[in-house]
Amino acid sequence: MKFGVIRFPGSCDEVDALLAARRFGDAELLWHADRDLSGIDAVVIPGGFSYGDYLRAGAIARFAPMMESVAEFARAGGPVLGICNGFQVLCEAGLLPGALLPNENLRFVCRQVDLTVEQTDTAFTGACTPGQTLSIPKKHMSGRYFAPPQMLEQLEASGQVVFRYAEGHNANGSVDDIAGVCNEARNVVGLMPHAEHAVDPLTGSTDGGLLFASAAQPAGAAA
Amino acid sequence: MSAEAAQARHRELGLTDYEYELICERIGREPNGLELAVFSLMWSEHCAYKHSKKLLGSLPTEGRYLVMGPGENAGAVDVGDGLVCAFKVESHNHPSAVEPFQGAATGVGGILRDVFAVGARPIAILDSLRFGELDTERTRYLLDRVVAGIGHYGNSIGVATVGGEIYFEAPYEQNCLVNAMCLGLAPRERLIRSAAAGVGNVVVLFGARTGRDGIGGASVLASAELDEDDAAKRPTVQIGDPFEESRLLECSLELLDKELLASLQDLGAAGLTSSSAEMASKGEVGIDLDVSLVPLREPDMEPFEIMISESQERMLCVVEPDKLDAALAVCARWEVRANAIGTVTDTGMLRVFDGEEMVGDMLVTALVDDCPLYDLEPAEPTSPVYPDPEPQIGPDASDEDTFLALLGSPNIASKRWAFEQYDFVVGSRTVKRPEQAGAAVLSLENDGGSGAIAVAIDGNGRRVACDPRRGAIEGVLECAQNLACVGAEPLGLTNCLNFGNPEKPHIAWQLSQAVAGMAEACRALDVPVVGGNVSLYNEGGGGPIYPTPVVGMVGKLPDPSCVAGSGFTDEGDQIALVGPFVPALAGSEAEKLRGRLGSELPEADLEAHAAAHAAMREAVRSGALHSAHDISDGGLACALAECCITGGIGARIELPGTLLELAGLDAALFGEGPGGFVVSGPGAAIAALAAQGDRVRVLPLGTVGGKTMEIGSGVATLSVPVDRMRAVWTGGLPSRLS
Repeated sequence: MKFGVIRFPGSCDEVDALLAARRFGDAELLWHADRDLSGIDAVVIPGGFSYGDYLRAGAIARFAPMMESVAEFARAGGPVLGICNGFQVLCEAGLLPGALLPNENLRFVCRQVDLTVEQTDTAFTGACTPGQTLSIPKKHMSGRYFAPPQMLEQLEASGQVVFRYAEGHNANGSVDDIAGVCNEARNVVGLMPHAEHAVDPLTGSTDGGLLFASAAQPAGAAA
Repeated sequence: MSAEAAQARHRELGLTDYEYELICERIGREPNGLELAVFSLMWSEHCAYKHSKKLLGSLPTEGRYLVMGPGENAGAVDVGDGLVCAFKVESHNHPSAVEPFQGAATGVGGILRDVFAVGARPIAILDSLRFGELDTERTRYLLDRVVAGIGHYGNSIGVATVGGEIYFEAPYEQNCLVNAMCLGLAPRERLIRSAAAGVGNVVVLFGARTGRDGIGGASVLASAELDEDDAAKRPTVQIGDPFEESRLLECSLELLDKELLASLQDLGAAGLTSSSAEMASKGEVGIDLDVSLVPLREPDMEPFEIMISESQERMLCVVEPDKLDAALAVCARWEVRANAIGTVTDTGMLRVFDGEEMVGDMLVTALVDDCPLYDLEPAEPTSPVYPDPEPQIGPDASDEDTFLALLGSPNIASKRWAFEQYDFVVGSRTVKRPEQAGAAVLSLENDGGSGAIAVAIDGNGRRVACDPRRGAIEGVLECAQNLACVGAEPLGLTNCLNFGNPEKPHIAWQLSQAVAGMAEACRALDVPVVGGNVSLYNEGGGGPIYPTPVVGMVGKLPDPSCVAGSGFTDEGDQIALVGPFVPALAGSEAEKLRGRLGSELPEADLEAHAAAHAAMREAVRSGALHSAHDISDGGLACALAECCITGGIGARIELPGTLLELAGLDAALFGEGPGGFVVSGPGAAIAALAAQGDRVRVLPLGTVGGKTMEIGSGVATLSVPVDRMRAVWTGGLPSRLS
């Protein structure tokens, strides 16, 4: 089982994601300007400020050569996880529905938050139990999830809302407390909270490790 | 230029007539316009430390963990396993007073570059901020924009902001202080110095293009008092681009990892001028630069503008000719602009060319070494320098009213509003986050090291204003105390000396007293100063700031999993007061609320403090304690309250007779002073601390439990529910900002 973590200019949490992934499988950094995904079983698009978040968070990174390969990989059913800026990139790339707007209070917020797992049949939540609460830090400037009402209805109907902030933990003003979503095929998942920063009891919690464990599970079971 | 015009010009540029004559004498002629601009920056207080250099020589700079001392972009200490920690604190006060967002942001950008210029990867930022009282709109604006600016730069570049401090005092109203500290890690062999080496080697400028921003920042902004025309100085404030810096950082470290550089230096104050002159000076060589090869933001910039521009996110390096192509390829991969703009020579001159034409020719030693150093003329002021603060509580306020006013005062209240705007987890090292423990604790496990480092930043200007020498001693003690709370042994210290105009005798007195105190405390604790920064002329229309020496300290601890937080944890745990704490009201927050500043702080027994720190370190490292917190602003009552609030549990306290006899009830509750730790744990853990010998005083205080903090002294004195304290403490700052 090998994770590939994409490094864009301006990525911040790519090494954190790499170290987190290595707790559950092999992992390597992938360069934004390359296109080669051979040997990669799951892609992680990390947090940070790719291309300085200039223009709009994630708006430039989606045009990176590597993102073309990621889109292909995703269409073929390959598991893709976007964390924070990675979530923004996936939305910009049209691989996930909706958009992430500036936080309601227009400030960067860094805080440990509780999430509930709404769906356990995605590529990154199989190791969770339905309704489980995860404690994971979030830190972002543009994390207010938005989708128009009709799209929201559809997302709810098809079970694409994967994570919700627990009561009192939605600090960015996300619609319906949505913290993370998946695509229709359930292999592409994005969330704002930083799962890779919750893999070690020494630095806070281990709950985020469940996302990496979920992706590692099938390959692990086959081995 | 006529001699008369040149004279008028040199004064505009901040040089005295005497200094101008000296320049003419050293170069044997009148300087041309470019040379004058270059000299004015190199001989500014900011670059030449002409009023502080003599004094700084008294600070100890040797220690057993020291790897690189003052003089380089940042100092460094050994943290074991072949790793070194480079760190430095620097001010960006005047730019932040003029344009707070960019001023603070570029302050962070500048200190990050100082750290990666020595080859270390920045891993943490801390900030020490000072503003006027929050009841003015300007202060609220400055606070808001400074915090946003720090977050903007640090968050975007992915370096965790793990700690800091903020104080609000009227003397900072016109002249806020923004001090940023950065620490970084490097394998020992990657450390690089800035001395230019190898005649014939190529000088490469890489990073952002050069523009007109920040022209003259070092002399105009940093080395003169602020006045009402601040707005007109906006063009001298630089604009930061953290995305550019993030690529510059990765590119610099890759260049070093591939061993492609002979030396490296960042462009800070005075831009290309000071970076090239200092590299040449340290390497005892000359440098030829061709400004026509410098990539520009605006096509029509004059050579002198290119030389003194303070555009951000630029570095200068020296490369051997046969490694140039490889170096440029690394820059290209990171999309970092890089241009060979000069060569290292054996002339001992800094020569500036504009294409074929030589437009400046200056002796490097004259630029770097020959600025006159001035003796301070200190005189103890005969009347108070600062007015008493406005009283916030009446003379007959009850103990409970005083206590709650303290707990909610902006200086003591939780700083969550600010630190939640900073990313404190990126890097996966943060074991103790802001307000969880006395110091930030950063694991070295993922960096190939063992254990953890701890870091804290401290400084209390009001107490230094009361008593410059003892106040400065206390600053060092408090920082070491914060490290002791997490079991860390101090390895080195960086300082930022923020003072008023040193040409005034009473400011000179504050400065020399404070440096003497700092030196004394560093010697007693055996902590060397690895580098730092001096920021003088911090005066606005209302007079000088409080003298504010800020101290940042880095320590090492073997096992971060043993570190307890500051909050009480277990019902029934015993609570004790450890250390030679002698509470006094002079200079305390309580006295401030009562409208008094006070004078003369008690003398600290430095040996007893060092012994208490050592005992605390051992106790924390044993893992037996459940909590450890130091007593600081607001005294014992506020320290206990913070332990209760953070832990979410109450306590029953009986003030020890020893303390009451020593200080009286009022000072026992609210008096301040260094050397006090509040610890909790099982009876055996407290007994083990008490058994450490006669040098460390351990006084039993009470037990953890319930939902209320009760402090008695025979009869009940204070009894406040934890929920109420939390509301007051967490609401103190936000309630004043909305």
